[in-house]
Amino acid sequence: MPAESSPAVRLSGTRIDRGGRTILRDLDLVVPRGSIATVLGPSGSGKSTLLAALTGELQVAAGTVEVLGAPVPAGSRALLEMRKNLGVLLQGNGLLTDLSTAENVALPLRAHARLPEPVLQRLVRMKLHAVGLLAAADAWPRELSGGMARRVALARAIALDPPLMLYDEPLTGLDPIASGVIMSLIKRLNDTLGLTSIIVSHHVHETLPICDQAVVIANGGIVFAGTPAQLQDSTDPLVRQFLLGEPDGPIPFDAPVRNYGQEAA
Amino acid sequence: MAFASSIRALGRSGLFALTVLRGSAPTRELFSELVREIYKIGARSLPIIVVGGAFVGLVLTLQGYRTLTTYGALDALPTLLGLSLYRELAPVLTALLFIGRAGSSIAAELGLMRATDQIKALELMAIDPVARAVAPRFWAAVLTVPLLTGIFIALAICAGWFEAVQVLGIDNGGFWSHLSANVDFWDDFGVSLLKAAIFGAIAALVAAYVGFNAEPTIEGTSVATTRAVVNASLLVLMFNFVISALLFN
Repeated sequence: MPAESSPAVRLSGTRIDRGGRTILRDLDLVVPRGSIATVLGPSGSGKSTLLAALTGELQVAAGTVEVLGAPVPAGSRALLEMRKNLGVLLQGNGLLTDLSTAENVALPLRAHARLPEPVLQRLVRMKLHAVGLLAAADAWPRELSGGMARRVALARAIALDPPLMLYDEPLTGLDPIASGVIMSLIKRLNDTLGLTSIIVSHHVHETLPICDQAVVIANGGIVFAGTPAQLQDSTDPLVRQFLLGEPDGPIPFDAPVRNYGQEAA
Repeated sequence: MAFASSIRALGRSGLFALTVLRGSAPTRELFSELVREIYKIGARSLPIIVVGGAFVGLVLTLQGYRTLTTYGALDALPTLLGLSLYRELAPVLTALLFIGRAGSSIAAELGLMRATDQIKALELMAIDPVARAVAPRFWAAVLTVPLLTGIFIALAICAGWFEAVQVLGIDNGGFWSHLSANVDFWDDFGVSLLKAAIFGAIAALVAAYVGFNAEPTIEGTSVATTRAVVNASLLVLMFNFVISALLFN
């Protein structure tokens, strides 16, 4: 299948282990190009682990992971090449504290695009304008609020116009207004730049209105994949428990018992 | 098991050193980061080096004066001051002061970069974090520790001269002529700078390795900082003995 017509992300029979434990198993998922997919699930369900498998930080234990039509490579050099096509917004933003806002956004451009300085500066201003922070170009990361820092990280993630954007808990620690701004930005950028976006979050009500596909992860696997409307109509007790935030149900409150002695061995 | 894990750690450190060298391609970004790091870890270490050098020169002169007077060998005081400073004390003490001031800061900065996702962000932007964050610090240390050692020596000699000539009454001309007659530029001063460059490399590599591989927590950063100072100081002392044994027979 040509890379252009292939889905942005395809997982087939994937198993992901971390620290000697199986976190997710039997994953089958297709994210079409140009769409927004939201991966939902309770804390600790393995959402960020799934993201780590997509970026190549974790190698899958079984099955395949294809990103933009090619399997995620294992070699470090090939991995770097693949990551040039990914934009990742981290939960902790990861802004370099010794660089100004504008220099943070310029960082990937300086590293990967040989552009004349005036053109680069113009691009940086355009990216900052896209997230509404042109006025904060000279500010330092420590001077920004949580929402502003998230938007700067977003501007940096889209600096190279990557075809695939991954958002790791983009709403954590943000107030409702900042959350609304971020979600509207994600939707706007996805539509105007023709990207594919995967949002990993546990914020159901904020993410569902903008996504085309919803995926729920719980108990070590995918328990639902469909449209937001289908998710809202689902009668699966596990999905209902997650959507309604009920303390009792198939998703256990207690953490699973771990055999520390066996894991250490 | 402990032996195996030590060998493994040694292998990892060696690979890390190779990664640093591989990430040291001379680019405009590396040069601008290098200048910034030379200011941060070199220029900002000047006060502690100046004060440390002056007091070492003073105490060395004082102890040398007392001991050599007993044997009627006061003429040898400038030689004692010069040789002990150039060959051993200046590079070692400068490196130890540098480790306390800048090595700890390198480990803490890299540990915090790890804890706040900055290193992960660089990796995900397909930017080599070693080339961006470690290589400039490494080369800044290799370049600045010899310069700081030169300043340490200059201050120690000046302080020693002040005490010997102005306070203890030793002849001014005799002080300088003995010093220049018995201290060789290449064999003593050159070796001192060579030692300093090696110690700078050791300090930066150890600090960067433990900081870069720190647990991504505040506690991990604190542990890395302590480990950087202890491990780098011990390695500098060990390497100083080995280099002295090889160079001075």
